[in-house]
Amino acid sequence: MIPTVLPAPTNARIHGETLTSLPQDLYIPPDALEVYLEAFEGPLDLLLYLIRKHNLDILDIPMADLTLQYMQYVEKMRAVKLELAADYLLMSAMLIEIKSRMLLPKPAEIEQDQDPRAELVRRLMEYESIKLAAQRLDAMPQVGSEILVAQAYYQQIIETQPPVVALDDLIAAWKSVLERASHFTHHKVSRAELSVREHMSQILRRLQKEKLVEFAALFNVESDGIAKLVVCFLAILELAREGLVHMTQQAAFSPIYIQISHAD
Amino acid sequence: MQTEPQTIVEMKQVLEAALLTASQPLALEDLLRLFAARMERATLRMLLDELKSDWQTRTLELTQVASGWRFQARAEYAPFLARLNPEKPQRYSRAALETLAIIAYRQPVTRGDIENIRGVAVNPNIIRQLQEREWIDVVGQRDVPGRPSLYATTKNFLDDLNLRSLAELPPMENFTQQEFPLGL
Repeated sequence: MIPTVLPAPTNARIHGETLTSLPQDLYIPPDALEVYLEAFEGPLDLLLYLIRKHNLDILDIPMADLTLQYMQYVEKMRAVKLELAADYLLMSAMLIEIKSRMLLPKPAEIEQDQDPRAELVRRLMEYESIKLAAQRLDAMPQVGSEILVAQAYYQQIIETQPPVVALDDLIAAWKSVLERASHFTHHKVSRAELSVREHMSQILRRLQKEKLVEFAALFNVESDGIAKLVVCFLAILELAREGLVHMTQQAAFSPIYIQISHAD
Repeated sequence: MQTEPQTIVEMKQVLEAALLTASQPLALEDLLRLFAARMERATLRMLLDELKSDWQTRTLELTQVASGWRFQARAEYAPFLARLNPEKPQRYSRAALETLAIIAYRQPVTRGDIENIRGVAVNPNIIRQLQEREWIDVVGQRDVPGRPSLYATTKNFLDDLNLRSLAELPPMENFTQQEFPLGL
């Protein structure tokens, strides 16, 4: 089923260079294979390794070489750890499909059809950027190792009796909260860094608790600056676009309500 | 202190005592509660900025993270302080870190989104591990069959990495046109 244009396994060509034997790093001693498998985080990781190892151009992947090398790995994996190879086998099928689609002659009218490798390239690039981002996250200083938070000892006064709360106290407290809240209706210049995705998460958290929220209530007009309000609006639009929230309005100019999308 | 603080110096002392003894970062709302008299947020911010510069030459620094303000040892002392705890801090596996990175940069995401990017099944232990650390939590369900949970990072995650917001994460390597712009 592998087309005859593929070079023989012992005569692989990588970017015009003919290899008469397998590269050293392609050979895995069978007993070392289990350790070796764990070094890869899946088929995309293995593919990336092959591409980077041989300095192949990720935007112009020589499918034949890559598929061939990949299959050699997978064959060895299958011999040792079948259950681990399932994800890898799926990728082999995809590689062979791409290769065969590239070999098919294209009728002139669909000449502008997408390169069959495009989806694979997109996934490889996305995976690689996440892989690099993960490495950077790991390198960042963290509380508990590089960052040590100060905490001076403070002897809390131990309450032996739970305080008694009268209804009047509660009412007084509530009034003072209301009064305090009324003090914060001033214009405030926000220095906060803004992120649409962060707001999306915040809005989802709130909708989890409150179920149905009026559109205007999602905006903190009193305390947030224009920039933050815009980010909040963008976050709502993005949530709606991704189908994560559902918006309803009874009639024109009536209040808009937002809730988390429910199948039921 | 019996009488309410009157001068700027006294107010800063109250703030300092509270921040030094707190076990969590203190938000502006918490700090405002320290004073019986009404205080503007802008005043509080100014006091915090002053306190921060007062400590500039000391071994501790006042830092702002996602959930508030805290004192922490200056970075140059970390190697010495590490000697008090000889066991090495636990590091996450590559699989866990990649999962965390996907949640941080692409949130909110489902388990399926994570599997699509990584090309392998998500180990449920990794999700549990990150949830127990209180670095991620469930913020909703996507409206597709199975109603999969949507995961996002928490304020705790930002605090632990010394960040005030997601926008301060290192920028993603831009190989392709980014489909999901992160910040503004």
